[in-house]
Amino acid sequence: MAVEQPTRTPVTQSGDQTRIHNIGYRTYDGPRLGRSYATRSLYSQSLRGAYGLGRSVKSKVLPMLLFVVMCVPAAIMVAVAVATKAKDLPVDYTRYAIIMQAVISLYVASQAPQSVSRDLRFKTVPLYFSRPIETADYVRAKFAALASALFLLTAAPLLVLYVGALLAKLDFADQTKGFAQGLVSVALLSLLFAGLGLVIASVTPRRGFGIAAVIAVLTISYGAVSTLQAIADAQSIDGGGSADAITWIGLFSPVTLIDGVQSAFLGASSAFPGGVGPSNGEGVVYVLVTLGLIAASYGLLMRRYRKVGL
Amino acid sequence: MYDPTVARLTYRALLGRRRALILGALPLLLIAVSVVVRGLAGADDQTASDLLGGLALATMVPIIGVIAGTGAIGPEIDDGSVVYLLSKPVKRSTIIFTKLIVAIAVTMVFSALPTFIAGFILNGNGQQIAVAYTVAALVASIAYAALFLLLGTVSRHAVVFGLVYALVWEALFGSLVAGARTLSVQQWALAVAQKVAGGDMVTSDVALPTATVLLAVVTVLATWYAGQKLRSLTLAGEE
Repeated sequence: MAVEQPTRTPVTQSGDQTRIHNIGYRTYDGPRLGRSYATRSLYSQSLRGAYGLGRSVKSKVLPMLLFVVMCVPAAIMVAVAVATKAKDLPVDYTRYAIIMQAVISLYVASQAPQSVSRDLRFKTVPLYFSRPIETADYVRAKFAALASALFLLTAAPLLVLYVGALLAKLDFADQTKGFAQGLVSVALLSLLFAGLGLVIASVTPRRGFGIAAVIAVLTISYGAVSTLQAIADAQSIDGGGSADAITWIGLFSPVTLIDGVQSAFLGASSAFPGGVGPSNGEGVVYVLVTLGLIAASYGLLMRRYRKVGL
Repeated sequence: MYDPTVARLTYRALLGRRRALILGALPLLLIAVSVVVRGLAGADDQTASDLLGGLALATMVPIIGVIAGTGAIGPEIDDGSVVYLLSKPVKRSTIIFTKLIVAIAVTMVFSALPTFIAGFILNGNGQQIAVAYTVAALVASIAYAALFLLLGTVSRHAVVFGLVYALVWEALFGSLVAGARTLSVQQWALAVAQKVAGGDMVTSDVALPTATVLLAVVTVLATWYAGQKLRSLTLAGEE
C-alpha cells in the first residue's frame, strides 16, 4: 500500500509573483583566440618560469645564478684570449657544454620539476585541459619551453665566446664555422636533456624528489660511463682489443652521447679518454640513439598526459 | 632523545613507494658496474680505488645523503603536515635527533653497504681498500645526513642546494681549487679512510685530526641549528 506523498504546496502564492528578471547577462562576443594562442601562452609562461620571471624573487635566484655561472668562464676565457693576443680560443665551441655539464644538469634538474611537477601537485593540469588546448599542445609547449630555456643557457656562453673571438680579431670564417657547429650541438643537447628531464619529472608531483631523480639519472650515468671508459682505455693501452668498447659504452649516458655525435659529425675533438671519438659509422648509431631518445621522451610524455585524472 | 613513533613515520616517508626505488637503484647500479669492471679488467687495486672513490664516495654517497637527509623532513615542511608533528608534546630537538638517526641509518645502509660489496667484488678487499672506502662512506653518511637535514629545515629548495654543494662545490671546485678541498665532507671522510687503508692507495688533502674535528663540529652544529630552526619554524605559503 503506497504511502501517499504529501503534496508539496508552495508556501508563497505562485503565479504572478514569480518571474525571471532579465538582468542583462550577455554572452561573450569578442574575438576567441583559440588553441594555438593558448599553446603559445603556455609556452611563453613556461619559458619565463624556467628563469623565474613572473615568480617570486626566491625562485629567480637559482636559474639566474646558474646562468651567470655558465657565462662567467666564457667571459674569462675571452678576456684572457684578448689580453694575450692568442691565435685561438682556449676552448672549442663544441667542448664548452661538455665541460659545464654539471651546471647544465643542475639546471635541468631544478627547472624540469618546477615546470611540470607543480602542475600535477596543485592539480592544475585538468584546468589546462578544460581550455581549448589538447594533450599534444600541452606536451609540446612544455617540451619546447624547457628546450628553449636550455638552449638559452647553453648558447649564451657560446655567443660570448664568439663575440669575444671576433673582437680579438681571430679568423672570421673559422670562428663562424665553429660557432655554428657549437650551436647545432647545444640545440641537440637541449632537446635531449629537456626530454629526459620532463619525462622523469612528470612522473612525480613532489618537486624535491623529481630534482633528485633527474640529477641521479644525468650525473650517475655520466659518472658510471666515464669510469668504465677510463678502465676500458687503460685496458686497450695494455694491449687488449677494447678500444671499440670505449665508443659503445659512451652510448649509455646523455653527455657522452652528445659528445659522440659532435665528435663524429661536428668537428669536435672527443672528451672520451684517449681522445678517440666514434668513427662516422658509429656516429650514425650515436645520432640515431640521440634522436630516438628525444622521440621516445616525447612519446612517453604524450602517454603520461593522455589521461590526467583529478 | 629518541622517539620511536617519529622514527617509524620517518622510515615510512623515506622508504615508501618510489623513493625506495631510486634509493635502491643507485646501489644496484654501483654493484652492476663493479661486476662489469671485474669482468673487463680483472682484480686491480688501482681500478678498485678509482671506482670506489670516483663513483661510490664522490657521487653516490652525497646523492643518497641528499635524498635521505632532506627527505626526512623536507616534504613534511613542504606540505605543512609538520604542524601535526610539532603540536605533539615531543621536544623539537628530539624530533630532529630522531630524524637524523633515521637519515644516517638509511644513508649508511644504501651507500656504505653497497660500497663494501662492490669493493669485495672488485678486488676482494686487497690492501684493505673495500674496508677503507666503507669506513669513509659510513663517516660521510653521518656528516651528509646532518648537513642536508639542516638544509631541509632552512630552505624549501634544500634538494637543489644540497646537490649544488655535493656536485659543484665538492666535484667541480674541489678539482680546480685546492682550498675548496679542505672544506669538503668527502675529503674529511677520505682522511679517515687513509688511516684505515694505511697504504698510498687512498689519499686525502686533509690531515686526520683536522678532518675528525671538522666532521664532529659540522655534525653537531648542523644538528643543533636544525633543532633551533624547527623551534621557530614558520610555515610559508606556496610560492
